[in-house]
Amino acid sequence: MLMYRIHGQAVPVPEQAPPPQEGPEYEARLAEFEARIARGEKIEPTDWMPEEYRRQLIRMISQHAHSEIVGMLPEGKWIPHAPTLRRKLILIAKVQDEGGHGQLLYRAAETLGITREEMIEALLAGKAKYSVVFNYPTPTWADVAAIGLLIDGAAVVNQLMLAQGSYGPYARAMKRICYEESFHIKQGYDAFVALATGTPAQRQMMQEAVNRWWYPALMLFGPPDRDSVHTPTLLRWRIKTKTNDELRQEFVDQYAPMVLRLGLTIPDPNLRYNPETGHWQFSEPDWEEFWRVIRGDGPCNAERMAARRRAHEEGRWVREALAAKAAQRTNGGGNGRYAVAGL
Amino acid sequence: MASPSPKPNETVALPDPLREAVGQLLLAMADDEVLLGHRDSEWVGHAPILEADIAMASIAQDEIGHAVLWYSLLQELGWPDPDRMAYFRDPPEFRNATLVELPKGDWAFTIVRQFLFDFAEKVRLEALMASAWTPLAEAAAKVRREETYHLMHSRAWVLRLGDATEESHRRMQAALEQAWPHALGLFEPAPGEILRVEAGIQPPEAELRARWEAEVRPILEAASLRIPEAEPVYGGRHGRHTEHLDALLADFQMVARSGLGETW
Repeated sequence: MLMYRIHGQAVPVPEQAPPPQEGPEYEARLAEFEARIARGEKIEPTDWMPEEYRRQLIRMISQHAHSEIVGMLPEGKWIPHAPTLRRKLILIAKVQDEGGHGQLLYRAAETLGITREEMIEALLAGKAKYSVVFNYPTPTWADVAAIGLLIDGAAVVNQLMLAQGSYGPYARAMKRICYEESFHIKQGYDAFVALATGTPAQRQMMQEAVNRWWYPALMLFGPPDRDSVHTPTLLRWRIKTKTNDELRQEFVDQYAPMVLRLGLTIPDPNLRYNPETGHWQFSEPDWEEFWRVIRGDGPCNAERMAARRRAHEEGRWVREALAAKAAQRTNGGGNGRYAVAGL
Repeated sequence: MASPSPKPNETVALPDPLREAVGQLLLAMADDEVLLGHRDSEWVGHAPILEADIAMASIAQDEIGHAVLWYSLLQELGWPDPDRMAYFRDPPEFRNATLVELPKGDWAFTIVRQFLFDFAEKVRLEALMASAWTPLAEAAAKVRREETYHLMHSRAWVLRLGDATEESHRRMQAALEQAWPHALGLFEPAPGEILRVEAGIQPPEAELRARWEAEVRPILEAASLRIPEAEPVYGGRHGRHTEHLDALLADFQMVARSGLGETW
């Protein structure tokens, strides 16, 4: 089966028949398309593109959007309990940004001919995936700090790469998102430092959260290159510009020393700096577990989807009311036009 | 939270018992805002549409930000710092109106509560902009500017949902029945009202309530909603609350009061 992978997700590409994509005319267009990409040009929504390029992007961007939306839940859970007013304000702003990123990404995907509603339906029906990391629990306040530093850190490593990608709307969305994410990492680092340099109980809490989030952070980059059958095509079309393993190494090189400097440990007996290569050596995550969580058998898969479905169901009457009101306006009835900011 | 360093500002100093009376007003305003902001933030990640998630997050930040402003003024008058106030008081010490402690309910209740509160805040702030105590007048002007978006937002939602569908109307009407008596409680005079009115700090609460009703009634009627005849639920401004405040504060304060650390 054709598989596509992003953010640690492997998803079957639907077996719909694309328009005939062969023959000399197609070959010529494909050659021109690939030459543009090789020259570093961006592909824009109205440009010709191979069907496979479009499908891969829809899958990738919509999953990325879903990850932002589902990603609001594990941290959002701690908004009510944030321990100072400042932390509460920052966390609300951060989770809000994730919603905003979801919005931007849905819009980028819509340029490829799919609607937000279709994408959300696919998510709620369990057909579309989201990042594997959001199926792990956040049992303590320290998990918020661990996510803020390690998961957002990993996401930025990945997204800086995606910002170099060939599809204009996606690359531009990534650029903006990376800018905002740098603020997230800063707040994550700040909360992390507060705990890592706090009381023994706070340090222990932080250490336990690092133990929980280290391997999920490594999983965020997806399966190892040896199992990632699609990487060559994605690289050739510059949908990705680096492999999963390259990105994982970049992340460890940046973040392992940061955690160790704060006096915490990383749950990997093989972790060490190799002065000859200039890189950190590390153990791979448990790929068996990775595939299990992707298949839906992670600690929080059911909880996350239940939360999304509940919000969707409970909000149905509101969406119906908005649609009815819009129809009343079109028919000249109702109370006239009211601008709702943000709607 | 780091509080602003008290400025050597002569206008801040208030003689007792006026200091205490002004403090009671600020306490009511700060507690209202921080708890409503908390309730609003409970929607983040769970709202009916993504745009509503984002809007509620903005509103929650604004309300909590305003609470910090009022708590900081209180601190200048001699009360503890904002985090101490928000995290280390028990329910009877809170002076919020009961409206803001009620659970978030459905989207209709959230919208109706927010609407009633936003307009109450509008008339209060506009009155306080003329307050004889300059720090309060200045802060009120600043907050009033920031509230403009809230007013547009909640008014538009009320007008949209009031008569859009049978279900939306039914839910909005039920929400109004529930919220209205508690909203009247926003105008329960906090202790020391006579002193404050005599000193030109604020107009009487009854006058604010009349201005508020003049603003909200036409909008609710335009939304086809029937305004209930109900007695106000009072008590909040004197520390008498519903059981919902206990649950709210247990959530709000659990990490800060866990005893695991002093700074976070």
